[in-house]
Amino acid sequence: MSLSGRRSTLVQCALLAIGLLFLHAVIDAALAQPFGVTRPAAAPEVGGFAGWVLAKQAEFYRMLSGLIRAAKADGSAAYTLLGISFLYGIFHAAGPGHGKAVISSYLVANDETWRRGIVLSFASAILQALTAIAIVGIAAALLGATAKAMGNTVRVIEIVSYALIVLIGLRLLWVKGRAFLHLLRGETHSHHAHDHGHHHDHHHGHAHGHEHHGHGHHHHDHDDEASAWGHAHAPEPSELTGKHWLRRGISAIIAVGLRPCSGAIIVLVFALAQGLFWIGVASTFAMGLGTAITVAAIATLAVGARGLAGQLAKAKPGAGMVFLRGLETAAALVIVLFGAALLTGYMVSERLMGV
Amino acid sequence: MTASLRIFLAAFLTSAFAGIACAHPHVWVTMHTELVYAPDGKITGIRQAWSFDDMFSTFATQGLESKEKGRFTREELAPLAKVNIESLKEYDYFTYATADGAKAELAEPAPGYWLDYADQVLTLNFTLPFKKPLKAKELRIEIYDPTIFVDFSFAKEKPAQLVGAPKCKLDVVLPREMTFAEGKRLSEIPADQKNTTMAWGAQFAHKLLVHCP
Repeated sequence: MSLSGRRSTLVQCALLAIGLLFLHAVIDAALAQPFGVTRPAAAPEVGGFAGWVLAKQAEFYRMLSGLIRAAKADGSAAYTLLGISFLYGIFHAAGPGHGKAVISSYLVANDETWRRGIVLSFASAILQALTAIAIVGIAAALLGATAKAMGNTVRVIEIVSYALIVLIGLRLLWVKGRAFLHLLRGETHSHHAHDHGHHHDHHHGHAHGHEHHGHGHHHHDHDDEASAWGHAHAPEPSELTGKHWLRRGISAIIAVGLRPCSGAIIVLVFALAQGLFWIGVASTFAMGLGTAITVAAIATLAVGARGLAGQLAKAKPGAGMVFLRGLETAAALVIVLFGAALLTGYMVSERLMGV
Repeated sequence: MTASLRIFLAAFLTSAFAGIACAHPHVWVTMHTELVYAPDGKITGIRQAWSFDDMFSTFATQGLESKEKGRFTREELAPLAKVNIESLKEYDYFTYATADGAKAELAEPAPGYWLDYADQVLTLNFTLPFKKPLKAKELRIEIYDPTIFVDFSFAKEKPAQLVGAPKCKLDVVLPREMTFAEGKRLSEIPADQKNTTMAWGAQFAHKLLVHCP
């Protein structure tokens, strides 16, 4: 059961596409997080579509302050502000950021549907908007906190959020990695991956929740495989209609959405200073909507690639399954790497100016 | 949609995003720079004035106490200036100097830095001394944030000056704004093709070049 068997061009293409997705995520992580020490010595080359995205979002962002000021005098400028905020959100999320990478990897690792991907994307974007509004609303508007105090609050939230990403990744890595290793070793029950998950689910549902931790795990036969935090792999069709996934997804939503966007916070504080806090709130939600659309699109793409790989894998029972499990493991690993990178060098540049 | 088309789309979109380095600007800085020379013709330091954009200026002054609402004195801003300068250390003050091709070491800012606040804009004033005053035929100074979180650009008027170096020639290599045509051209470069002709690093850098006899 090795990968060296003859593979069709299609499978190779799928491999390439998915490989690119993860490579890109890893590069993103590596570059976005200088690990606190090594920073690129030269200005990075940003070109092509990416450069254009970057230029656009900067352009939209810079328009925001003028529009907020304008909205003070003329209410109709508020509509323009909302439109620009929305566009900023779309372009902002198309740039680098951990949200879309973590959500995409999570969906791939868990073999979730695109609908769930969209729900996760929107839920995390809304949460992100809410955190920004809560921080500025409470800290700045009510308590008169300084930028530094708000920065400190954000930092605590960041650490919680990134730690959560690491935990989610580790949990997935444990489950997926073990299944993958077993498969690689060619152990007999590797072919039962599906039955296994199914079986398990009927015993005690999704044992991933912490509340299930430590009990109900040892009822079935080959449970030694991946019992720690339960089985999250290989969902059966029947499971797709269940509500478990949302409960499972909430951890991902919180991990991704808890950390507010610094752009939104700056906009909110600026709006507050102009005496137009509500307009900052509306702008933040418009940004969130834009962000959600982009993240959902990318997540859908990842799910599509995963689905395609799944179909191809079905045609090749042996190597195909190895590939799928390997893919899921890689996705889980990406989440861990992302979380670790964020945690160790969390958005170093955003700590700038001590605020 | 055929499978190969899907694969193509996936590959296209993912590689399209792969090139971005990091954050996008959230802070804009407009710079005035003075290169300070000693009477013996050696450069001793870089005097900088960084004006922040209005949103960041508002954000940074949020919650600061001031006697007069909406106005801040140097004294009131002193703690913030201290935080700024201390935080910037980690980033080498975003200032990189080379003398005749070799890296020229800069020391920590001299005491006496300050922030002022005028027209709702915060300006950070500080001088970065060279560790050793130096003479060079070609001195190159670049001020930029490799992560693009801070977007530095020279002021349109009086971007940079030489102080006390009469025989040297200063060139300010202004970071060009990307024109619409360039933006369009950038967007038309196929995503799988490395952009070699329009590298931002080279074309949109903020550079000071000083040539001395």
